This record gives sequence, C-alpha cells and structure tokens, in this order.
Amino acid sequence: MAETQCNWSEIAKSPLFVELHRKKIVFLYGWWAFSAGCYFLLLLGAGYTPGLFGIEVIGNINVGYLFALAQFVITFGIAIHYGRVADRDFDRLTRELVEQIK
Amino acid sequence: MKNSVTAFLLALSLGGFAHAAEPAKAPSVQQAPSAVTASAQQSTPPAAAMVVPAGAAKSAAPAKVKTNKAITLSMFALIILSTLGVVVWAAKKTQTAADYYTAGGGISGLQNGWAITGDVVSAASFLGMSGLISLYGIDGFMYSTGPILGFVTILLLMAEPLRNAGKYTMGDILCFRASAKPVRAAAAISTVAVSTFYLLAQMVGAGKLMQLLLDIPYKAAVIGVGTLLIVYVVFGGMKATTWVQIIKAALLLTAAVLLSLLVAIKSGMNPLRFFADVVNNAAIQDHVRMGVLKHPLPEAGLDYGKRFLQPGLFLKNPLDQVSLGLAWVLGAAGLPHIMMRFFTVPNAREARKSIRIAVFLMGAFFILTTFLGFGAAIHITPQKIAAMDKGGNMATLLLAQVMGGGEGSIGGDLFLAFVCAVAFATILAVVSGLVLACSAAIAHDIYVNIIKDGKANQREQVVTARVTSLVVGALAIWMGIAAEKENIVALVALAFAVAASGNFPVIILSLFWRKFNTAGIVSGIVVGTIAAIGLVLVSPNMTYPKKIAADARKIVDTLEKKQAAGEALAEKDQKALEKARTDYAKNKDGKSIMGLDAPLFPLKNPGIVSIPLGFLAAIIGCLAFRDRRAEDMFDEIYVRQNTGIGIANAIDH
Repeated sequence: MAETQCNWSEIAKSPLFVELHRKKIVFLYGWWAFSAGCYFLLLLGAGYTPGLFGIEVIGNINVGYLFALAQFVITFGIAIHYGRVADRDFDRLTRELVEQIK
Repeated sequence: MKNSVTAFLLALSLGGFAHAAEPAKAPSVQQAPSAVTASAQQSTPPAAAMVVPAGAAKSAAPAKVKTNKAITLSMFALIILSTLGVVVWAAKKTQTAADYYTAGGGISGLQNGWAITGDVVSAASFLGMSGLISLYGIDGFMYSTGPILGFVTILLLMAEPLRNAGKYTMGDILCFRASAKPVRAAAAISTVAVSTFYLLAQMVGAGKLMQLLLDIPYKAAVIGVGTLLIVYVVFGGMKATTWVQIIKAALLLTAAVLLSLLVAIKSGMNPLRFFADVVNNAAIQDHVRMGVLKHPLPEAGLDYGKRFLQPGLFLKNPLDQVSLGLAWVLGAAGLPHIMMRFFTVPNAREARKSIRIAVFLMGAFFILTTFLGFGAAIHITPQKIAAMDKGGNMATLLLAQVMGGGEGSIGGDLFLAFVCAVAFATILAVVSGLVLACSAAIAHDIYVNIIKDGKANQREQVVTARVTSLVVGALAIWMGIAAEKENIVALVALAFAVAASGNFPVIILSLFWRKFNTAGIVSGIVVGTIAAIGLVLVSPNMTYPKKIAADARKIVDTLEKKQAAGEALAEKDQKALEKARTDYAKNKDGKSIMGLDAPLFPLKNPGIVSIPLGFLAAIIGCLAFRDRRAEDMFDEIYVRQNTGIGIANAIDH
C-alpha cells in the first residue's frame, strides 16, 4: 500500500479499527494476566503452602506436580486458543480494515 | 524503522544454570530463565543455561563421565561438518543487510518456531534442569516452568507488534517516534550488555562442559567453540544461524524423546509406577535425608521418598522465586537475540505461528525433563550424580550412558556420544544467535545509523556487519578465557535482569502508550539497566570473602576442637583442616568486588525491585519532557503494529 500519506489518526478513529483494537486488548491482556497469575500462584504456593502441594492425588503424583504441569497445559491452551481467535477474528478485521483504507 | 527483536528466549535458553562454584556452598544453580535452568535457587534468572560443572572442575579427582573418544569425536565431527555445509549454502544467499540480519524475512513460521526453540533451550536447560530434578526433585521441575511463561508474554504482547513495527534491532522499534540517535545509542548499549552477560555465561559453560567431555584444556575448548561460532555468524549470517538452531532443536528433541521413552519403558510405560519408583527408591530416600535435609537420624513420620516430590528442597526463599519469576515472565521478551528472530519471518501471522510452534516444542521438552531428571535419580542415583558434579549437570549424560547399555558397552558409548554432541550443538546454536544480535546492535544501530547517519549502501552494511561479528566473536573468546573463574550465576542473573528491567518496560510502553517519547526511553533503559546491574553487584550472587572466611573458620574450630580432645584426625580431615586454614587466611580481610563484607541486597534476583524502577523511570522521564510529535505519531505506529500496513517501508521513516 502506498504507505505514503495514510491519514493515521483517521484510521485510528475509524469504527473498524476501534473494534479491532478493543477486542485485541481485552483478549491479549486478559489471557496474559491469567497465565501470569497462575504462574505466580504456583511460585507462592510452593513457598507458602508446601503441605497442600504435597497432597497426593493419583498414586504418588501430588498437587504440586500437577499444578506445575498445569502451567504447560495452560500455555498450550492459550497458544491454541489465540491462534484460532486471531485467524478467525483479528486477521479478518485487519483485512477488512486494510481493504477499506485502500 | 527497524526493529529488533528481542529474545527472550534466553530464558529458555534458559537456562542458564550455572552454578556457583564456591566450594563451601551447596551447589548453586543458577538459573537463568532463559536458559533454562536458571537459577533456581535463588536464582538468577533466566537464562542462560550453562552448565557448569563446578564441582568437577574443582575437586581434585572427581568421578568423571567416561566417554568413548573415537565415537564422541566422530559425532562432533558429523555435527560440525553438516553445520558447515549449511554455512556454505547460506553464505551464497547472503547479499544484503536484510539477508544478513534477518535472512531477508524469508524464514517460514514453522522454521522460525524450531529456530526459536533452538535459541532458547540452552545446555543449561538440557543438562541443568534435569540435573536439578535429579538432585532436588519437584523443585527442579518448578524451575522448568519459568521459561515457557516468558513466551506467553511474547506470544500475546510482543511478537506481532514487533514484527510489524521493526526491522533488524531493538533500536529500530524504539526510535520509530523518538529522536533516533540517543535512543539507538541507549538501545545498543543495553543490547550489548544483555548479550555480553549471557554470552559470557554460555562461553564459560561451554568451555567447562567441553573440557569435561573431551578431556581437553579449558582454553582449547573456548577457542574451538568460538572459532566455529565466528565461522557460522560471519559467513552465514542469520540464515546459517537459523538453520544451526533448527538442526540443534531437532537433535535436542530427538535425544529428549528417546531418553524419556527408554526411562518410561523401564517403568512399564506407567506414570503411576514411574512416580512410585521414585518414592520407593532407597538411594533417593537416603539422598533426601542425608544429602539435602541433613537429618542424621530419620525423623519419625517423614517419608523421605515422598519428600522428594514436595517443594522446598531447593527453592527456599519465596520472595526470591517471585523475583526470578518476574524476570522469566518479562525478561524473555526483552532479550535482543529472541527479538531479532521475529524479524526473520515475512509477516505478523507467521510471527504468531512461529511463537505458537516454539511454545509447543519447548513445552514438550520441559515436560520431558520430568523423565530425564527423575529417571536419572532412579537409575543413576542422586549420590553418583552429585559426585560427578555438584549441580547435577552430568545427570542427562549419565542417564544416556546407562540407558544405552552402560559404561563401556557399544550402546552406552554411542548414546552418550550422541547426547554429548547434542549438548555441543546446543551451545553453538545459542552463542551464534547471541553474537548475531550483539553485532546487529553495534553495526546497524551504532555504525550505520549513528556514525554514518544511515547513509551506507548494502555492500558496506554487510561488510560492516561481518567485520563486527568477527570482532564480537573474537572478544567472546577472549572474555570467555578471562572469565573462567567468574560466577556464571551472577552473569545469567544480570542478563535476565537487564533485559526485564531495561528493555521490557521501554518496548512495551513504546508500543502501547501514546505519550511515550525519547526522554522516557533513554531514562527507562538507563535506570533499569543500572538498577539491575547495581543490585546484582551487591546481591548474594557475588563472592563475599568474609563469608568464606567465616565458613572456613567454623571448620577449623571444629577440627581443632577434635584434635584438642586428643582424637587423631583422619587423613581427609587433616586435608580439610589445612585447606580451611588457607581459605581463612586468604579471605579474612577480603571484600567483595564492591568492597562489601556482606550483601546489601538480600535477593539473588533483582527483578522485583529493578523492573518497577525501570517502568517508573521511563514514565517519569517521559512526563517530564513531553514531546508532541511523538504523541502525534502514536496513531501511526499503533495502526501499523496492528495492521502491518507499510511494513516494508517502515524503515524509511
């Protein structure tokens, strides 16, 4: 696109961009805060509630191990979910926006 | 504008693990987020992982891993030859500055995902994390969750905007709406600082590891690794570095999967039985009781096997853990070599894909450390692992030998040689990425854009980039040799801390805050970097001679008391007494590098203080010197980073 003289502030105010932006911020920061929160819970839990982490759930596998493993599951889940949402919503909105600008 | 990427990976690379090699201490591992290992204990953040066989290096005649030289050397030769083949191929295709720094943006998301994995998972992760698990149980596994979290930050907040707003370096992104020269200078300095600390930790770890595996002198090992890395980077640029990282990641995952399978088969492919094997293992129980908890008499009601699966054997200070956790989560996103990887893909969509792939690959690897670490504990025993190396860095190697059929068997020799070669490839891949990021900051930000005002033709830019890489590589060798005795833990802690405190705040504010400007960038980088370095300098990571002297004094007193009581000392105790006396005499009047008797800052990881300081300085600096133009340009960068409009021309701005 002729990068040239886009009127950036006009684009920034266009309803399509505002929608894209709002959706992204809520989604991205929301999931980021969720995953970081879980991680710090793991660290704090290991430090302050070792008794809880030592409770065995299945055989000798305890809460602590499962919680640590859950960090990976959460991360994988976010990666999959984000990929889907971005491919479906964000990329579509972005494409529409770019079309409109042209 | 260009951009840079940062890399967090380091962390992943995490690993760093270094351990501190002070005699009197327990192994400290380090942790680097990046690398994987990090320091766990108290760690240092991320990063780099290094493996430092401290124990081995120190004690006079430690047990050694016996490799079959012929097989090991042929494996190394195979890796060297195949990667050099890649370099020759890549060198032909590297004509322009974009080719050199970003492989012309021609790397696919899939390839980049593998390369990021190769960049992040360092030897520290590969050897250090499983070592930690084998010695300290679940705490080691907690440790391996850190690196992956940094990638959530990168995936959600950084990868796409950076891809859309950047070109080659971090300076490119930051100077989009700020005045170029001061910002580039600040960005280049912090990039060089982060990369140097990380690189140094890797070089020292590499030297020690190769020394141990091949039985060659430390210097020869560092020079060997350094020479290869120079060849890769100078001739092959980003393309060769990328492929070296891809090859390494593939080898690494192959080794981890194979080893895990063999371990799982021994426990009947049943996870419950696997964990029961850990809990019921007499050697592990004994190790937890005597080696870790130091209970001379068993405590009633305490199941030492189960204790191995409970937290608290290694990670003792929760506040330090949270501080390290912050460095993991935010530092990876501030690592220049990781950042740079986003610029190698053609668009934001591929950048996103590459991080998603990297997350899965790294996650799989870190989950497998469960099998490597606990498997080593079951089949080798923690006692033997600790005897080879206090930090447990030899655990994976020993496990390979045993799983292959044992010492001296063909299978054992082959498998051990394979895993050694993988560790070697790992080191090469990680240092190559670091040197490239460091040279990009010097050649592109400082030389081309500051000294030459951006007026350099393609040929000149490529030549400058190559010469800079050569110089940086040569310096890495020189510093690696000089730093043989340095405390790697502290270096990795520094790299992550600076990345998280100096780089992360200004990048995120540049991308998302309208008012952000030149003054904010410069003050954020300067204050964050200085705060992180300063706190590490006065932290317990450094060596405090008075503390060593006090420990030595204790030994002297105990043994002298024994002597005074008329007991004859065993030869071992005699030696210990002499050594303690010398240590005491040598250290009693010493001071740390900063002239301190004891640490001023109680945590090994400065993040919890230095990261907020970095943000605060960036915000205050920016509000103190408002800049209308920067505010007006926010719409432009914001639209661009979200849409990718004008991506190809972004740099001309």
